[in-house]
Amino acid sequence: MAYSNKVIDHYENPRNVGSLPKDDVNVGTGLVGAPECGDVMKLQVKVNPETGIIDDAKFKTFGCGSAIASSSLATEWLKGKTVDEALAIKNTDIVNELSLPPVKIHCSVLAEDAIKAAIADYKKKKTADVKAAEKVAQPTA
Amino acid sequence: MTMAIKLPIYMDYHATTPVDPRVLEAMMPYFHEKFGNAASRNHPFGWEAEEAVDKARKQVADLIGANAKEIVFTSGATESDNLAIKGVAEMYREKGNHIITCVTEHKAIIDTCKRLEKEGYRVTYLPVQKDGRISLDELRAAITDKTILITIMAANNEIGVIQPIAEIGAIAKEKGILFHTDAVQIAGKVPFNVNELGVHMASLSAHKMYGPKGVGALYVRRRNPRVLLAPIIDGGGHERGMRSGTLNVPGIVGFGKAAELCKQELATEGERLRGLRDYLNDKLHRQLDEIYINGSVAHRLPHNLNISFAYVEGESLLMGINDVAVSSGSACTSASLEPSYVLKALGAGDDLAHSSIRFGLGRWTTKEEVDYVADKLTSVVSRLRDMSPLYELAKEGVDLSTMQWQTEGH
Repeated sequence: MAYSNKVIDHYENPRNVGSLPKDDVNVGTGLVGAPECGDVMKLQVKVNPETGIIDDAKFKTFGCGSAIASSSLATEWLKGKTVDEALAIKNTDIVNELSLPPVKIHCSVLAEDAIKAAIADYKKKKTADVKAAEKVAQPTA
Repeated sequence: MTMAIKLPIYMDYHATTPVDPRVLEAMMPYFHEKFGNAASRNHPFGWEAEEAVDKARKQVADLIGANAKEIVFTSGATESDNLAIKGVAEMYREKGNHIITCVTEHKAIIDTCKRLEKEGYRVTYLPVQKDGRISLDELRAAITDKTILITIMAANNEIGVIQPIAEIGAIAKEKGILFHTDAVQIAGKVPFNVNELGVHMASLSAHKMYGPKGVGALYVRRRNPRVLLAPIIDGGGHERGMRSGTLNVPGIVGFGKAAELCKQELATEGERLRGLRDYLNDKLHRQLDEIYINGSVAHRLPHNLNISFAYVEGESLLMGINDVAVSSGSACTSASLEPSYVLKALGAGDDLAHSSIRFGLGRWTTKEEVDYVADKLTSVVSRLRDMSPLYELAKEGVDLSTMQWQTEGH
Protein backbone atom coordinates (compact mmCIF):
# COMPACT_ATOMS: atom_id res chain seq x y z
CA MET A 1 0.00 0.00 0.00
CA ALA A 2 1.35 3.44 -0.85
CA TYR A 3 1.25 6.05 1.89
CA SER A 4 0.68 9.74 1.28
CA ASN A 5 3.67 12.01 1.82
CA LYS A 6 1.95 13.60 4.81
CA VAL A 7 1.45 10.23 6.50
CA ILE A 8 5.10 9.37 5.91
CA ASP A 9 6.19 12.76 7.25
CA HIS A 10 4.18 12.34 10.47
CA TYR A 11 5.43 8.76 10.82
CA GLU A 12 9.05 9.74 10.40
CA ASN A 13 8.84 13.02 12.33
CA PRO A 14 5.95 12.61 14.72
CA ARG A 15 4.91 15.84 16.46
CA ASN A 16 4.39 15.98 20.20
CA VAL A 17 5.25 12.44 21.19
CA GLY A 18 5.29 12.03 24.95
CA SER A 19 3.27 12.23 28.12
CA LEU A 20 1.89 14.98 30.36
CA PRO A 21 1.40 14.47 34.11
CA LYS A 22 -1.96 12.73 34.15
CA ASP A 23 -2.76 13.74 37.76
CA ASP A 24 -2.51 17.46 36.92
CA VAL A 25 -5.99 18.95 37.19
CA ASN A 26 -5.43 20.93 33.98
CA VAL A 27 -4.51 17.81 31.99
CA GLY A 28 -7.09 15.62 30.27
CA THR A 29 -6.13 12.10 29.14
CA GLY A 30 -7.87 9.94 26.55
CA LEU A 31 -6.91 6.30 26.03
CA VAL A 32 -8.84 4.62 23.21
CA GLY A 33 -8.66 1.45 21.11
CA ALA A 34 -7.49 -2.01 22.11
CA PRO A 35 -4.28 -4.02 21.61
CA GLU A 36 -6.09 -6.98 20.03
CA CYS A 37 -7.53 -4.62 17.40
CA GLY A 38 -4.05 -3.39 16.57
CA ASP A 39 -4.66 0.25 17.57
CA VAL A 40 -4.30 2.05 20.91
CA MET A 41 -4.03 5.84 21.18
CA LYS A 42 -3.23 7.90 24.23
CA LEU A 43 -3.86 11.59 23.71
CA GLN A 44 -3.42 14.30 26.35
CA VAL A 45 -4.28 18.01 26.45
CA LYS A 46 -3.13 20.63 28.92
CA VAL A 47 -5.53 23.53 29.28
CA ASN A 48 -4.47 26.96 30.54
CA PRO A 49 -6.81 27.69 33.49
CA GLU A 50 -6.66 31.47 32.85
CA THR A 51 -7.49 31.47 29.14
CA GLY A 52 -9.23 28.11 28.61
CA ILE A 53 -6.93 27.49 25.67
CA ILE A 54 -5.08 24.21 25.05
CA ASP A 55 -1.42 25.05 25.69
CA ASP A 56 0.05 21.66 25.09
CA ALA A 57 -0.92 18.31 23.60
CA LYS A 58 0.95 15.00 23.56
CA PHE A 59 0.30 11.54 22.16
CA LYS A 60 1.54 8.00 22.18
CA THR A 61 0.16 5.50 19.67
CA PHE A 62 0.41 1.75 19.11
CA GLY A 63 -0.83 1.25 15.59
CA CYS A 64 -0.10 1.47 11.90
CA GLY A 65 1.52 4.45 10.21
CA SER A 66 -1.85 6.05 9.51
CA ALA A 67 -2.84 5.76 13.19
CA ILE A 68 0.42 7.38 14.24
CA ALA A 69 -0.04 10.16 11.67
CA SER A 70 -3.69 10.77 12.69
CA SER A 71 -2.80 11.24 16.34
CA SER A 72 0.29 13.29 15.57
CA LEU A 73 -1.79 15.62 13.38
CA ALA A 74 -4.48 15.84 16.07
CA THR A 75 -1.99 17.11 18.65
CA GLU A 76 -0.78 19.73 16.18
CA TRP A 77 -4.32 20.95 15.59
CA LEU A 78 -5.26 20.94 19.28
CA LYS A 79 -2.63 23.39 20.38
CA GLY A 80 -3.99 26.94 20.57
CA LYS A 81 -7.62 25.87 20.38
CA THR A 82 -10.26 26.30 23.07
CA VAL A 83 -11.89 23.19 24.46
CA ASP A 84 -15.03 23.80 22.38
CA GLU A 85 -13.01 24.37 19.22
CA ALA A 86 -11.17 21.11 19.93
CA LEU A 87 -14.46 19.23 20.11
CA ALA A 88 -15.32 20.52 16.64
CA ILE A 89 -12.45 18.57 15.02
CA LYS A 90 -13.95 15.83 12.87
CA ASN A 91 -12.38 12.61 11.68
CA THR A 92 -13.16 13.62 8.10
CA ASP A 93 -10.86 16.65 8.51
CA ILE A 94 -8.04 14.23 9.36
CA VAL A 95 -8.94 11.93 6.44
CA ASN A 96 -8.77 14.88 4.04
CA GLU A 97 -5.57 16.36 5.42
CA LEU A 98 -3.69 13.03 5.35
CA SER A 99 -5.40 11.62 2.21
CA LEU A 100 -6.23 8.42 4.08
CA PRO A 101 -7.59 5.56 1.96
CA PRO A 102 -10.95 3.97 2.94
CA VAL A 103 -9.30 1.07 4.86
CA LYS A 104 -7.59 3.61 7.12
CA ILE A 105 -10.61 5.73 8.00
CA HIS A 106 -10.91 3.92 11.32
CA CYS A 107 -7.54 5.47 12.30
CA SER A 108 -9.05 8.94 11.97
CA VAL A 109 -12.16 7.87 13.89
CA LEU A 110 -9.94 6.66 16.68
CA ALA A 111 -8.10 10.01 16.74
CA GLU A 112 -11.42 11.88 17.03
CA ASP A 113 -12.45 9.52 19.84
CA ALA A 114 -9.13 10.20 21.58
CA ILE A 115 -9.69 13.98 21.42
CA LYS A 116 -13.21 13.62 22.83
CA ALA A 117 -12.01 11.26 25.57
CA ALA A 118 -9.21 13.62 26.58
CA ILE A 119 -11.55 16.64 26.74
CA ALA A 120 -14.17 14.63 28.68
CA ASP A 121 -11.50 13.60 31.19
CA TYR A 122 -10.41 17.23 31.55
CA LYS A 123 -14.00 18.41 32.13
CA LYS A 124 -14.65 15.65 34.65
CA LYS A 125 -11.56 16.62 36.60
CA LYS A 126 -12.54 20.32 36.50
CA THR A 127 -16.02 19.61 37.85
CA ALA A 128 -14.59 17.45 40.62
CA ASP A 129 -12.05 20.15 41.36
CA VAL A 130 -14.71 22.92 41.60
CA LYS A 131 -16.87 20.75 43.88
CA ALA A 132 -13.88 20.01 46.08
CA ALA A 133 -13.07 23.73 46.22
CA GLU A 134 -16.69 24.57 47.15
CA LYS A 135 -16.55 22.00 49.91
CA VAL A 136 -13.38 23.48 51.29
CA ALA A 137 -14.85 26.99 51.06
CA GLN A 138 -17.94 26.08 53.04
CA PRO A 139 -17.75 26.75 56.74
CA THR A 140 -17.91 23.49 58.59
CA ALA A 141 -19.35 24.81 61.80
CA MET B 1 30.69 0.03 8.36
CA THR B 2 29.96 -3.27 6.73
CA MET B 3 30.57 -3.73 3.03
CA ALA B 4 28.08 -2.03 0.77
CA ILE B 5 24.89 -4.01 0.40
CA LYS B 6 22.23 -3.73 -2.22
CA LEU B 7 18.90 -2.32 -1.05
CA PRO B 8 16.11 -3.26 -0.77
CA ILE B 9 16.97 -6.54 0.93
CA TYR B 10 14.76 -9.52 0.14
CA MET B 11 14.02 -11.61 3.23
CA ASP B 12 10.64 -13.01 2.25
CA TYR B 13 11.69 -16.34 0.69
CA HIS B 14 8.56 -18.10 1.96
CA ALA B 15 6.46 -15.94 -0.35
CA THR B 16 8.49 -16.66 -3.45
CA THR B 17 12.09 -17.06 -4.58
CA PRO B 18 14.00 -15.69 -7.55
CA VAL B 19 14.60 -18.12 -10.40
CA ASP B 20 18.15 -19.41 -10.13
CA PRO B 21 20.16 -18.34 -13.22
CA ARG B 22 21.07 -22.02 -13.79
CA VAL B 23 17.36 -22.82 -13.86
CA LEU B 24 16.63 -20.00 -16.28
CA GLU B 25 19.42 -21.22 -18.55
CA ALA B 26 17.93 -24.71 -18.63
CA MET B 27 14.50 -23.31 -19.50
CA MET B 28 15.51 -20.95 -22.32
CA PRO B 29 15.67 -23.40 -25.23
CA TYR B 30 12.13 -24.57 -24.52
CA PHE B 31 10.46 -21.30 -25.45
CA HIS B 32 11.49 -20.92 -29.09
CA GLU B 33 13.79 -23.65 -30.42
CA LYS B 34 12.28 -26.63 -28.64
CA PHE B 35 8.71 -25.44 -28.41
CA GLY B 36 6.93 -28.73 -29.12
CA ASN B 37 3.85 -30.04 -27.40
CA ALA B 38 4.83 -32.95 -25.16
CA ALA B 39 1.62 -34.69 -26.21
CA SER B 40 2.55 -34.67 -29.92
CA ARG B 41 3.48 -38.31 -30.30
CA ASN B 42 4.20 -38.42 -34.03
CA HIS B 43 7.01 -35.92 -34.72
CA PRO B 44 10.39 -34.91 -33.31
CA PHE B 45 9.14 -31.60 -31.88
CA GLY B 46 6.83 -33.52 -29.59
CA TRP B 47 9.41 -36.20 -28.77
CA GLU B 48 11.93 -33.55 -27.77
CA ALA B 49 9.44 -31.88 -25.44
CA GLU B 50 8.33 -35.18 -23.96
CA GLU B 51 11.93 -36.18 -23.33
CA ALA B 52 12.55 -32.91 -21.48
CA VAL B 53 9.42 -33.42 -19.38
CA ASP B 54 10.45 -36.99 -18.55
CA LYS B 55 13.84 -35.79 -17.38
CA ALA B 56 12.25 -33.14 -15.18
CA ARG B 57 9.77 -35.67 -13.82
CA LYS B 58 12.71 -37.80 -12.70
CA GLN B 59 14.50 -34.79 -11.17
CA VAL B 60 11.43 -33.77 -9.16
CA ALA B 61 10.77 -37.38 -8.10
CA ASP B 62 14.39 -37.81 -6.96
CA LEU B 63 14.10 -34.82 -4.64
CA ILE B 64 11.39 -36.56 -2.60
CA GLY B 65 12.39 -40.20 -3.06
CA ALA B 66 9.52 -40.96 -5.42
CA ASN B 67 9.23 -42.76 -8.74
CA ALA B 68 8.99 -40.50 -11.81
CA LYS B 69 5.64 -42.05 -12.72
CA GLU B 70 4.21 -40.76 -9.45
CA ILE B 71 4.65 -37.08 -10.35
CA VAL B 72 1.63 -35.21 -11.77
CA PHE B 73 2.52 -31.75 -13.02
CA THR B 74 0.09 -28.94 -12.22
CA SER B 75 -0.09 -25.15 -12.41
CA GLY B 76 1.12 -24.81 -8.83
CA ALA B 77 0.59 -26.03 -5.30
CA THR B 78 -2.88 -24.53 -4.96
CA GLU B 79 -4.02 -26.72 -7.81
CA SER B 80 -2.13 -29.70 -6.35
CA ASP B 81 -3.91 -29.24 -3.00
CA ASN B 82 -7.28 -28.96 -4.73
CA LEU B 83 -6.60 -32.06 -6.83
CA ALA B 84 -5.50 -34.15 -3.86
CA ILE B 85 -8.43 -33.25 -1.61
CA LYS B 86 -11.25 -33.03 -4.16
CA GLY B 87 -9.83 -35.95 -6.10
CA VAL B 88 -9.82 -38.23 -3.04
CA ALA B 89 -13.19 -36.92 -1.82
CA GLU B 90 -14.88 -37.82 -5.08
CA MET B 91 -13.05 -41.09 -5.72
CA TYR B 92 -13.55 -42.49 -2.22
CA ARG B 93 -17.04 -41.08 -1.61
CA GLU B 94 -18.50 -44.57 -1.13
CA LYS B 95 -15.91 -45.40 1.51
CA GLY B 96 -16.55 -42.34 3.65
CA ASN B 97 -17.06 -38.60 3.81
CA HIS B 98 -14.76 -37.47 6.59
CA ILE B 99 -11.53 -35.48 6.17
CA ILE B 100 -9.08 -34.43 8.88
CA THR B 101 -6.94 -31.32 8.53
CA CYS B 102 -5.56 -28.62 10.81
CA VAL B 103 -6.34 -24.97 11.58
CA THR B 104 -2.93 -23.64 10.52
CA GLU B 105 -3.04 -25.07 6.99
CA HIS B 106 -2.63 -22.88 3.93
CA LYS B 107 -5.84 -21.34 2.54
CA ALA B 108 -5.61 -23.66 -0.47
CA ILE B 109 -6.31 -26.53 1.94
CA ILE B 110 -8.74 -24.78 4.32
CA ASP B 111 -10.92 -23.26 1.61
CA THR B 112 -11.00 -26.51 -0.37
CA CYS B 113 -12.19 -28.33 2.75
CA LYS B 114 -14.78 -25.61 3.40
CA ARG B 115 -16.18 -26.11 -0.08
CA LEU B 116 -16.44 -29.87 0.46
CA GLU B 117 -18.30 -29.23 3.72
CA LYS B 118 -20.95 -27.40 1.70
CA GLU B 119 -21.22 -30.50 -0.48
CA GLY B 120 -21.95 -32.74 2.49
CA TYR B 121 -18.48 -33.85 3.58
CA ARG B 122 -17.49 -33.61 7.21
CA VAL B 123 -14.16 -31.96 8.08
CA THR B 124 -12.28 -31.95 11.39
CA TYR B 125 -9.92 -28.99 11.81
CA LEU B 126 -7.43 -30.11 14.45
CA PRO B 127 -6.18 -27.36 16.75
CA VAL B 128 -2.45 -26.88 17.28
CA GLN B 129 -0.54 -26.76 20.52
CA LYS B 130 1.37 -23.67 21.66
CA ASP B 131 4.37 -24.76 19.57
CA GLY B 132 2.26 -24.94 16.39
CA ARG B 133 2.26 -28.76 16.10
CA ILE B 134 -0.82 -30.95 16.17
CA SER B 135 -1.34 -33.50 18.93
CA LEU B 136 -1.11 -37.08 17.67
CA ASP B 137 -3.59 -38.17 20.35
CA GLU B 138 -6.10 -35.64 19.04
CA LEU B 139 -5.48 -36.92 15.52
CA ARG B 140 -6.15 -40.51 16.62
CA ALA B 141 -9.27 -39.43 18.48
CA ALA B 142 -10.62 -37.62 15.42
CA ILE B 143 -10.42 -40.67 13.15
CA THR B 144 -13.72 -42.45 12.46
CA ASP B 145 -14.67 -45.33 10.16
CA LYS B 146 -15.78 -42.66 7.69
CA THR B 147 -12.37 -40.95 7.52
CA ILE B 148 -10.95 -41.11 4.00
CA LEU B 149 -8.18 -38.50 4.12
CA ILE B 150 -5.76 -36.83 6.51
CA THR B 151 -4.18 -33.68 5.09
CA ILE B 152 -1.57 -32.04 7.30
CA MET B 153 1.12 -29.70 5.99
CA ALA B 154 4.77 -30.69 6.36
CA ALA B 155 6.01 -27.19 7.27
CA ASN B 156 4.01 -24.05 7.88
CA ASN B 157 4.45 -21.06 5.58
CA GLU B 158 4.25 -18.45 8.36
CA ILE B 159 5.99 -19.97 11.35
CA GLY B 160 8.06 -22.66 9.61
CA VAL B 161 6.93 -25.27 12.13
CA ILE B 162 7.44 -28.86 10.95
CA GLN B 163 4.64 -31.29 11.78
CA PRO B 164 5.32 -34.88 12.95
CA ILE B 165 4.89 -36.22 9.41
CA ALA B 166 6.42 -39.69 9.94
CA GLU B 167 4.18 -40.27 12.98
CA ILE B 168 1.09 -39.11 11.07
CA GLY B 169 2.12 -41.39 8.19
CA ALA B 170 2.32 -44.33 10.57
CA ILE B 171 -1.14 -43.63 11.99
CA ALA B 172 -2.59 -43.27 8.48
CA LYS B 173 -1.05 -46.60 7.47
CA GLU B 174 -2.31 -48.35 10.60
CA LYS B 175 -5.86 -47.07 10.03
CA GLY B 176 -5.85 -47.53 6.26
CA ILE B 177 -6.48 -43.83 5.56
CA LEU B 178 -4.88 -41.78 2.79
CA PHE B 179 -2.38 -39.12 3.87
CA HIS B 180 -1.71 -35.96 1.89
CA THR B 181 0.79 -33.30 2.90
CA ASP B 182 1.37 -29.79 1.60
CA ALA B 183 5.15 -30.01 1.22
CA VAL B 184 5.59 -26.65 -0.50
CA GLN B 185 7.74 -25.04 2.16
CA ILE B 186 9.77 -28.11 3.16
CA ALA B 187 10.70 -29.60 -0.22
CA GLY B 188 14.25 -28.82 -1.20
CA LYS B 189 15.02 -27.27 2.19
CA VAL B 190 14.97 -30.22 4.60
CA PRO B 191 15.33 -33.94 3.72
CA PHE B 192 11.84 -35.14 2.76
CA ASN B 193 11.34 -38.71 1.56
CA VAL B 194 7.82 -39.89 0.81
CA ASN B 195 8.64 -43.54 1.51
CA GLU B 196 10.41 -42.95 4.81
CA LEU B 197 7.59 -40.66 5.94
CA GLY B 198 4.68 -42.80 4.75
CA VAL B 199 3.19 -40.02 2.63
CA HIS B 200 0.63 -40.92 -0.07
CA MET B 201 0.30 -37.54 -1.74
CA ALA B 202 2.44 -34.40 -1.53
CA SER B 203 2.00 -30.94 -3.07
CA LEU B 204 5.04 -29.14 -4.45
CA SER B 205 5.65 -25.73 -5.97
CA ALA B 206 8.53 -24.70 -8.25
CA HIS B 207 8.67 -21.03 -7.33
CA LYS B 208 9.35 -21.75 -3.66
CA MET B 209 12.55 -23.58 -4.64
CA TYR B 210 14.18 -21.18 -7.12
CA GLY B 211 12.13 -22.39 -10.06
CA PRO B 212 9.53 -20.47 -12.11
CA LYS B 213 6.02 -19.48 -11.04
CA GLY B 214 3.03 -21.23 -12.57
CA VAL B 215 4.24 -24.79 -12.19
CA GLY B 216 3.87 -27.32 -9.40
CA ALA B 217 3.33 -31.00 -8.88
CA LEU B 218 1.32 -33.50 -6.94
CA TYR B 219 3.10 -36.69 -5.91
CA VAL B 220 0.54 -39.51 -6.12
CA ARG B 221 1.65 -42.90 -4.75
CA ARG B 222 1.32 -45.84 -7.15
CA ARG B 223 1.97 -48.76 -4.81
CA ASN B 224 1.15 -49.64 -1.17
CA PRO B 225 -1.41 -48.23 -1.60
CA ARG B 226 -2.20 -47.20 -5.16
CA VAL B 227 -3.92 -43.83 -4.85
CA LEU B 228 -6.71 -43.06 -7.30
CA LEU B 229 -7.86 -39.52 -7.91
CA ALA B 230 -10.86 -38.14 -9.73
CA PRO B 231 -9.59 -35.31 -11.98
CA ILE B 232 -10.80 -31.77 -11.32
CA ILE B 233 -9.91 -30.60 -14.85
CA ASP B 234 -11.33 -32.57 -17.76
CA GLY B 235 -9.80 -32.71 -21.21
CA GLY B 236 -7.16 -34.57 -23.16
CA GLY B 237 -6.26 -37.02 -20.42
CA HIS B 238 -2.71 -35.83 -19.80
CA GLU B 239 -0.78 -36.87 -16.67
CA ARG B 240 -2.32 -40.34 -16.47
CA GLY B 241 -5.76 -38.81 -16.74
CA MET B 242 -5.39 -36.92 -13.49
CA ARG B 243 -4.64 -33.52 -14.93
CA SER B 244 -5.60 -32.59 -18.45
CA GLY B 245 -4.05 -29.61 -20.16
CA THR B 246 -1.00 -29.09 -22.39
CA LEU B 247 2.13 -29.36 -20.29
CA ASN B 248 4.02 -26.17 -19.47
CA VAL B 249 7.26 -27.57 -20.89
CA PRO B 250 9.66 -24.68 -20.12
CA GLY B 251 8.20 -24.35 -16.62
CA ILE B 252 8.49 -28.07 -16.00
CA VAL B 253 12.08 -28.11 -17.26
CA GLY B 254 12.85 -25.27 -14.85
CA PHE B 255 11.11 -27.07 -12.01
CA GLY B 256 13.21 -30.17 -12.69
CA LYS B 257 16.46 -28.22 -12.72
CA ALA B 258 15.47 -26.35 -9.56
CA ALA B 259 14.71 -29.64 -7.79
CA GLU B 260 18.05 -31.09 -8.88
CA LEU B 261 19.95 -28.07 -7.55
CA CYS B 262 18.04 -28.11 -4.25
CA LYS B 263 18.86 -31.80 -3.80
CA GLN B 264 22.57 -31.22 -4.50
CA GLU B 265 22.85 -28.23 -2.19
CA LEU B 266 20.32 -29.17 0.49
CA ALA B 267 22.75 -30.25 3.20
CA THR B 268 25.23 -27.39 2.91
CA GLU B 269 22.62 -24.70 2.21
CA GLY B 270 20.44 -25.89 5.08
CA GLU B 271 23.33 -25.58 7.50
CA ARG B 272 24.37 -22.18 6.13
CA LEU B 273 20.84 -20.79 6.49
CA ARG B 274 20.38 -22.30 9.94
CA GLY B 275 23.57 -20.50 10.99
CA LEU B 276 22.38 -17.17 9.59
CA ARG B 277 18.87 -17.58 11.05
CA ASP B 278 20.27 -18.39 14.50
CA TYR B 279 22.63 -15.44 14.20
CA LEU B 280 19.70 -13.13 13.36
CA ASN B 281 17.66 -14.50 16.26
CA ASP B 282 20.53 -14.22 18.77
CA LYS B 283 21.34 -10.71 17.67
CA LEU B 284 17.74 -9.52 17.97
CA HIS B 285 17.42 -11.11 21.41
CA ARG B 286 20.66 -9.46 22.54
CA GLN B 287 19.58 -6.04 21.33
CA LEU B 288 15.89 -6.01 22.32
CA ASP B 289 13.82 -7.14 25.28
CA GLU B 290 10.31 -8.59 25.13
CA ILE B 291 10.50 -10.29 21.78
CA TYR B 292 8.96 -13.72 21.32
CA ILE B 293 9.48 -16.49 18.77
CA ASN B 294 6.20 -17.80 17.41
CA GLY B 295 6.11 -21.58 17.14
CA SER B 296 8.49 -24.40 17.95
CA VAL B 297 12.20 -23.64 17.75
CA ALA B 298 13.27 -27.29 17.62
CA HIS B 299 10.83 -28.40 14.90
CA ARG B 300 11.35 -25.61 12.43
CA LEU B 301 12.58 -24.91 8.92
CA PRO B 302 16.21 -23.76 9.10
CA HIS B 303 15.53 -20.59 7.12
CA ASN B 304 12.44 -19.37 9.00
CA LEU B 305 12.10 -16.98 11.90
CA ASN B 306 8.81 -15.51 13.10
CA ILE B 307 9.05 -13.04 15.96
CA SER B 308 6.59 -10.83 17.79
CA PHE B 309 7.96 -7.49 18.95
CA ALA B 310 5.71 -6.71 21.91
CA TYR B 311 4.07 -3.26 22.12
CA VAL B 312 4.82 -2.43 18.48
CA GLU B 313 2.31 -2.82 15.64
CA GLY B 314 3.51 -4.80 12.64
CA GLU B 315 2.57 -2.45 9.82
CA SER B 316 4.25 0.52 11.47
CA LEU B 317 7.29 -1.70 11.91
CA LEU B 318 7.30 -2.59 8.21
CA MET B 319 7.01 1.13 7.37
CA GLY B 320 10.15 1.77 9.39
CA ILE B 321 12.14 -0.94 7.61
CA ASN B 322 10.88 -0.13 4.14
CA ASP B 323 14.17 -1.16 2.54
CA VAL B 324 13.72 -4.70 3.85
CA ALA B 325 11.13 -7.06 2.33
CA VAL B 326 9.54 -9.19 5.06
CA SER B 327 5.94 -10.06 6.03
CA SER B 328 3.83 -9.31 9.07
CA GLY B 329 0.90 -11.12 10.66
CA SER B 330 -0.63 -7.74 11.43
CA ALA B 331 -4.19 -7.19 10.27
CA CYS B 332 -3.24 -3.93 8.62
CA THR B 333 -0.99 -5.72 6.14
CA SER B 334 -3.65 -8.17 5.02
CA ALA B 335 -6.68 -7.63 2.83
CA SER B 336 -8.99 -9.18 5.42
CA LEU B 337 -8.21 -6.75 8.29
CA GLU B 338 -7.85 -9.81 10.52
CA PRO B 339 -4.53 -10.70 12.10
CA SER B 340 -2.86 -13.95 11.05
CA TYR B 341 -5.07 -16.97 11.77
CA VAL B 342 -1.94 -19.08 12.13
CA LEU B 343 -0.60 -16.94 14.98
CA LYS B 344 -4.04 -16.71 16.58
CA ALA B 345 -4.20 -20.53 16.55
CA LEU B 346 -1.07 -20.63 18.73
CA GLY B 347 -3.11 -18.91 21.44
CA ALA B 348 -0.60 -16.14 22.06
CA GLY B 349 -3.24 -13.39 21.80
CA ASP B 350 -4.18 -11.11 18.95
CA ASP B 351 -1.89 -8.35 20.16
CA LEU B 352 1.19 -10.50 19.56
CA ALA B 353 -0.14 -11.49 16.14
CA HIS B 354 -0.36 -7.78 15.28
CA SER B 355 3.27 -7.37 16.34
CA SER B 356 4.80 -10.19 14.33
CA ILE B 357 7.36 -10.26 11.56
CA ARG B 358 8.17 -13.28 9.39
CA PHE B 359 11.73 -13.56 8.13
CA GLY B 360 12.41 -16.00 5.30
CA LEU B 361 16.09 -16.43 4.45
CA GLY B 362 17.27 -17.95 1.21
CA ARG B 363 19.95 -18.75 -1.34
CA TRP B 364 21.17 -15.17 -1.71
CA THR B 365 20.92 -14.04 1.88
CA THR B 366 24.26 -12.85 3.28
CA LYS B 367 25.55 -12.20 6.79
CA GLU B 368 25.88 -8.50 5.92
CA GLU B 369 22.17 -8.41 5.08
CA VAL B 370 21.28 -10.15 8.33
CA ASP B 371 23.34 -7.61 10.28
CA TYR B 372 21.66 -4.72 8.48
CA VAL B 373 18.17 -6.10 9.11
CA ALA B 374 18.85 -6.80 12.80
CA ASP B 375 20.30 -3.35 13.43
CA LYS B 376 17.61 -1.54 11.50
CA LEU B 377 14.87 -3.44 13.31
CA THR B 378 16.42 -2.70 16.66
CA SER B 379 16.42 1.03 16.04
CA VAL B 380 12.88 1.08 14.61
CA VAL B 381 11.45 -1.08 17.41
CA SER B 382 13.10 1.15 20.01
CA ARG B 383 11.74 4.28 18.35
CA LEU B 384 8.21 2.88 18.07
CA ARG B 385 8.24 1.65 21.65
CA ASP B 386 9.13 5.16 22.76
CA MET B 387 5.85 6.27 21.23
CA SER B 388 3.83 3.22 22.30
CA PRO B 389 1.29 3.77 25.11
CA LEU B 390 1.35 0.00 25.73
CA TYR B 391 5.09 -0.02 26.35
CA GLU B 392 4.68 2.92 28.72
CA LEU B 393 1.88 1.17 30.65
CA ALA B 394 3.83 -2.08 30.82
CA LYS B 395 6.89 -0.25 32.14
CA GLU B 396 4.65 1.33 34.82
CA GLY B 397 3.77 -2.21 35.88
CA VAL B 398 0.23 -2.27 34.47
CA ASP B 399 -0.97 -5.72 33.42
CA LEU B 400 -2.32 -5.04 29.92
CA SER B 401 -4.34 -8.24 29.81
CA THR B 402 -6.53 -7.15 32.73
CA MET B 403 -7.20 -3.63 31.45
CA GLN B 404 -10.64 -2.61 30.21
CA TRP B 405 -10.17 -1.64 26.57
CA GLN B 406 -12.66 0.27 24.54
CA THR B 407 -13.12 -2.14 21.65
CA GLU B 408 -16.57 -1.19 20.44
CA GLY B 409 -16.66 -0.01 16.89
CA HIS B 410 -13.03 -0.77 16.06
